[in-house]
Amino acid sequence: MNYLPNIIFAIALLLGLGYFAKNVKKLVRNIKLGQDVDVSDNTSQRWKNMINIALGQSKLVKRPVSGFLHVVVYVGFIIINIEVLEIIIDGLFGTHRIFSSVLPTSVYGFLIGTFEVLAFLVLVAVTVFWVRRNLIKLARFWKDEMKGWPKNDGNFILYFEMVLMTLFLVMNATDGTFQEMQSGNIISQYLAPLFSDSIAPVIERVAWWLHIVGILIFLNYLYFSKHLHILLAFPNVYYGRVNNKGQLNNLASVTAEVKMMMDPNADPFAAAPEGAEDEVPAKFGASDVQDLSWVQLLNAYTCTECGRCTSECPANLTGKKLSPRKIMMDTRDRLEEVGKNIDANNGEFKDDGKQLLGDYITNEEIWACTSCNACVEACPVSIDPLSIIIEMRRYLVMEQSAAPSELNNMMTNIENNGAPWPYNQQDRLNWKNE
Amino acid sequence: MSKELNVPTMAECMAEGKTPDILFWVGSAGSYDDRAKKITKAFVKILNKANVNFAVLGTEESATGDLAKRAGNEFLFQMQAMMNIEVLNMYEVKRIVTCDPHSFNCLKNEYPGLGGVYDVMHHTQFIKELISSGKLDIKESDYKGKQITFHDPCYLGRANSEYNAPREVLSSLHANLVEMKRSKATALCCGAGGAQMFKEPEKGNKDINELRTEDALQTNPEIIATACPYCMTMMSDGVKVKEKEAQIKVLDIAELIASSQNL
Ligand code: SF4
Ligand code: SF4
Repeated sequence: MNYLPNIIFAIALLLGLGYFAKNVKKLVRNIKLGQDVDVSDNTSQRWKNMINIALGQSKLVKRPVSGFLHVVVYVGFIIINIEVLEIIIDGLFGTHRIFSSVLPTSVYGFLIGTFEVLAFLVLVAVTVFWVRRNLIKLARFWKDEMKGWPKNDGNFILYFEMVLMTLFLVMNATDGTFQEMQSGNIISQYLAPLFSDSIAPVIERVAWWLHIVGILIFLNYLYFSKHLHILLAFPNVYYGRVNNKGQLNNLASVTAEVKMMMDPNADPFAAAPEGAEDEVPAKFGASDVQDLSWVQLLNAYTCTECGRCTSECPANLTGKKLSPRKIMMDTRDRLEEVGKNIDANNGEFKDDGKQLLGDYITNEEIWACTSCNACVEACPVSIDPLSIIIEMRRYLVMEQSAAPSELNNMMTNIENNGAPWPYNQQDRLNWKNE
Repeated sequence: MSKELNVPTMAECMAEGKTPDILFWVGSAGSYDDRAKKITKAFVKILNKANVNFAVLGTEESATGDLAKRAGNEFLFQMQAMMNIEVLNMYEVKRIVTCDPHSFNCLKNEYPGLGGVYDVMHHTQFIKELISSGKLDIKESDYKGKQITFHDPCYLGRANSEYNAPREVLSSLHANLVEMKRSKATALCCGAGGAQMFKEPEKGNKDINELRTEDALQTNPEIIATACPYCMTMMSDGVKVKEKEAQIKVLDIAELIASSQNL
């Protein structure tokens, strides 16, 4: 007996899964670079969100065409992967279509038939996606931040899916015993005549191997791609916002200081309590990825670069530089850079003189936001670009005093008169008699 | 000349041993901005007409700090918040109503964490309640059949998911309500939020309020209805830029209700 194919298969599988596991570990470590944040509240609401928004894709279908096509690809792709289980068993144990001998022919045929139909639908949907991106040139796929890698990435995934689906159908079409079953070859029966009896068995083996190797490569491509969302959408939606969108968090570090300032009995010269001396003073707001919360970093890895946020953003729609998608892409790029830095320096981050704010995101972008929440509302996977923008404003204002001068005037007025304009607080009720 | 407004302050009520049912939070815009003051007065007329037992803080009110918070100045926000909470709690305020969605959002969502827990309503929600409880009876309306489009304020709509109250109040006027292509959850911002009201916009190819006004103009409205003092400024300016101020009026929902009742 020849065990060579089994051994090669096992090695390929181990390599594929091993490399994937290694990258997942890196991913988790990078996300954990973020600040801790309590997400233990509202568990039932969180599960509901995950089921409706991530699994049920309730936000995606708000744009009917792309939403529907996405559901097709999503359902198809997931269900067809049940077939991978059979491939793995066959590959490891040298069997051939093991399920066909375990399951009644009609059941097996029904399963494979469903997969074939889905594979065909996925092919169609993916082709339409490609046309929308490349021929119709939908505006949201052609913004500045989509040049180069992001644009290629989007297309690579589509090619990947096309190839994998085609291989699946060809594999079935060239499988003599499967075709003879006359059950489940709904689509592949039309492809079968294309292959002569002499080459069919060879093509079948080639397609079978390419299919499984392709899936392993695809799995490992995820980490480098916006396609990571097929895994991260679930935790991301779970940990996403559960309160009103308008609510910004109150900084606890600020509360402590403000209470001190407002307490007439507090002694500002009092010695700090025991143990507090070597506490690092908190940094207000965020200038780099480590200052953001881990949920915001998870957001960045989850972003699919679909641009729904940007296409609703009032600032972007009127030609300003701000694009909420770019905020997310920049955050991910910088986080990857920080991660690589850590890898290269034995697990310690070495200051590289760069940061997210300034080197990736400009002040101009940060100040163009109207905090309107359109981006948050539009995102199909519950990403909150606005929260990152606000954290950066906090840094600029509280750490750098770098607000635009008009805003500084406005804030000085609030400080002095309790109103954003230079009016006296004693005149607050004058409207009554005017 | 209309009747004199009855606007008691919390301090006056306290001195007389009276407890108002609800505090009207006027807000900075409503107190000082000339256009917004008209909205404030219109709302007071409604409150007076419906015999609502309310009061204002008057000179004891100070900016909520919402603007500072959205500009990134968390210190200033929390200082303002704690000062206001001290006053509100001293008067044992339970319910608050305001015409400013930004104050509404801030008081409702951001004050509780700092010790200020109140039942906060937007004036459109409150007017809706007055109508449905029969305290405000809208019989005739000058706006019957008029083409009105409503611009959702971000901080009432998306921020707090209140899309119905303003529309229900408007429907009581029997006007012809037409929706813009971007409305409710996908409504476009007027451009004032996030402290933009107080600065020049960044470089671009258009002002946001102009784009939003174009949305509104597509519905051929006679009236653009708003429910926020900042939206009022932005949409009024937009209509001016488009040179449509002769044909199209921009009015707050409180003004529409008050004037429909000849208040
Ligand atoms: S919140 Fe800011 S970034 Fe998001 S859509 Fe509105 S203006 Fe754009
Ligand atoms: S943040 Fe959300 S809406 Fe925006 S590009 Fe990423 S996934 Fe799409």
